[in-house]
Amino acid sequence: MIKAEWFYWLVGLSFLVMAAQMVTDRSNPKRFGTGAFWGLIGAGFIYSSWVVTKQAPAEPLGAAVLVMAVLAGFGFTGRGTPRTTTPEERTASAARLGNKLFVPALTIPVVAMACAIGVKHLSIGGEPVLQTGSETILGLGLGAVVALVVGMVLLREKRLSVPVQSGRTMLEAMGWAMLLPQMLATLGAIFQVSGVGGQVGKLATAVLPKDSLYVAVVVYCVGMFAFTLIMGNAFAAFPVMTAAVGWPVLIGHFHGNPAAVLALGMLAGFCGTLVTPMAANFNIVPAALLELKDQYGPIKAQLPTAGILLGCNIVIMALFAF
Amino acid sequence: MIVLLGVLVVVIGFATKRNALLVVAAAGIITGLLGGLSPAKVLAAFGEGFAGSRAVTIFAITLPVIGLLERYGLQEQARTLIARFGRLTTGRFLALYLGLRQIGAAVGLTNVFGHAQTVRPLAVPMAEGAAERRYGQLPARTREKIRSFAAGADNVGLFFGEDVFLAVGSILLITGFVNTTYGTHLEPLHLALWAIPTALCAFVVHGWRLLRLDRFLERELLAADTHPTTAEGADR
Repeated sequence: MIKAEWFYWLVGLSFLVMAAQMVTDRSNPKRFGTGAFWGLIGAGFIYSSWVVTKQAPAEPLGAAVLVMAVLAGFGFTGRGTPRTTTPEERTASAARLGNKLFVPALTIPVVAMACAIGVKHLSIGGEPVLQTGSETILGLGLGAVVALVVGMVLLREKRLSVPVQSGRTMLEAMGWAMLLPQMLATLGAIFQVSGVGGQVGKLATAVLPKDSLYVAVVVYCVGMFAFTLIMGNAFAAFPVMTAAVGWPVLIGHFHGNPAAVLALGMLAGFCGTLVTPMAANFNIVPAALLELKDQYGPIKAQLPTAGILLGCNIVIMALFAF
Repeated sequence: MIVLLGVLVVVIGFATKRNALLVVAAAGIITGLLGGLSPAKVLAAFGEGFAGSRAVTIFAITLPVIGLLERYGLQEQARTLIARFGRLTTGRFLALYLGLRQIGAAVGLTNVFGHAQTVRPLAVPMAEGAAERRYGQLPARTREKIRSFAAGADNVGLFFGEDVFLAVGSILLITGFVNTTYGTHLEPLHLALWAIPTALCAFVVHGWRLLRLDRFLERELLAADTHPTTAEGADR
């Protein structure tokens, strides 16, 4: 059985190798801090396997995570001069290779699709080929590995150090943004245990009127939207807002169609995901990945759409769910 | 009530543009301690949070191959390819991407597209290439705008496509939560059906905004055209 943990180890291992490259990169004025940051993430990825199964204590990893935050937050990380090709070389290489270049790039989605559709259902000797529940991660991981092999064969690139160097350059360019989604997931978990959700829910229900049907619909949808803004995740907002307004008022008191109310409520939350920096993996990481100067660029591009769609969800719910 | 201080830290931190990692770490520590966790429990929460959320960083596995291909001119080739489709403007191309992304997500192929695997290496150079064909060299500000919209097309397509698929996390969360809490028997199929109207709205609204991006580019870049320094590239 192919397991998700293998790919976490692979990511951890490549971070460690890249960290070693970073430390020896004299063009980076902050090479030690940068190397320490990525080395810790890499080691953390591997150590986590035992934390998940509760065979190792989580506290050392937590301390390491805080060290990462300090390294990145107080400016101990930087980037070196990328050793790569010039724009002219790239144009010439593109002219020489032509559309062959797309083959490895498209290998990733094709393999991911094959895993999602076909391999998912395969099993050998009663054991599924892909670990159940992790098919999407495995599809992406297998796709990337196969694509790397296809790419190196196709480009006749024999040195494995070339893709590793290229990947490292991208990591350095993205910097700490890369760790933010995991940090936010942690914050979400802490919010949950500390009862932040319940408090916000209480506050929302105490402040907002919900005596008429239409007001209640607006309260539920806007509440999902606003709560998602704070938590960065509609999944965290959903149980709270549904327990406070969605179920007792909209479904219990006004006899709404449960499927319609709940599905549209969740989608109203997704509108919030589009406009919050707390959803870093969707909004902040892409800004870093695309090398934008304005880290809120994607959010600004999505803001009007999010507002209009929130309105759409409210109208659809009010008209068709009751 | 006092645990809400952590939320306040986050809001102020983001609003004053402090380093987000520090803001989030501080908010986590404050909330945890105010919520009655011991310092060791707070540390453990950070460790468990990191370990349990590695899936969001798994896309890093694609970076070496994407970097390798970019080194050999993938982005340049993507620009060349889009230039052959004369009618495909930046907005139309991104609207097409939005549609594909939505359909892909709606049939459960959420990881087939993504910021690392398709937006950066393919969609962005194509969207920029389509604009460059019409207007020549793009100013940095325009590039930012196109890239932001490319990232947005991916997000909108994913969010408002995936709920049409039955076995997606959010649908299972709804049925799981409601069926255990209220003892109902809500079917994933009904939830997925109710996601379709919003999915259509999302395509129309965001698709329309992407098409308007063409008009914006035209206004912005043809106005700049009268400026002597940028005029030469526009003839291409």
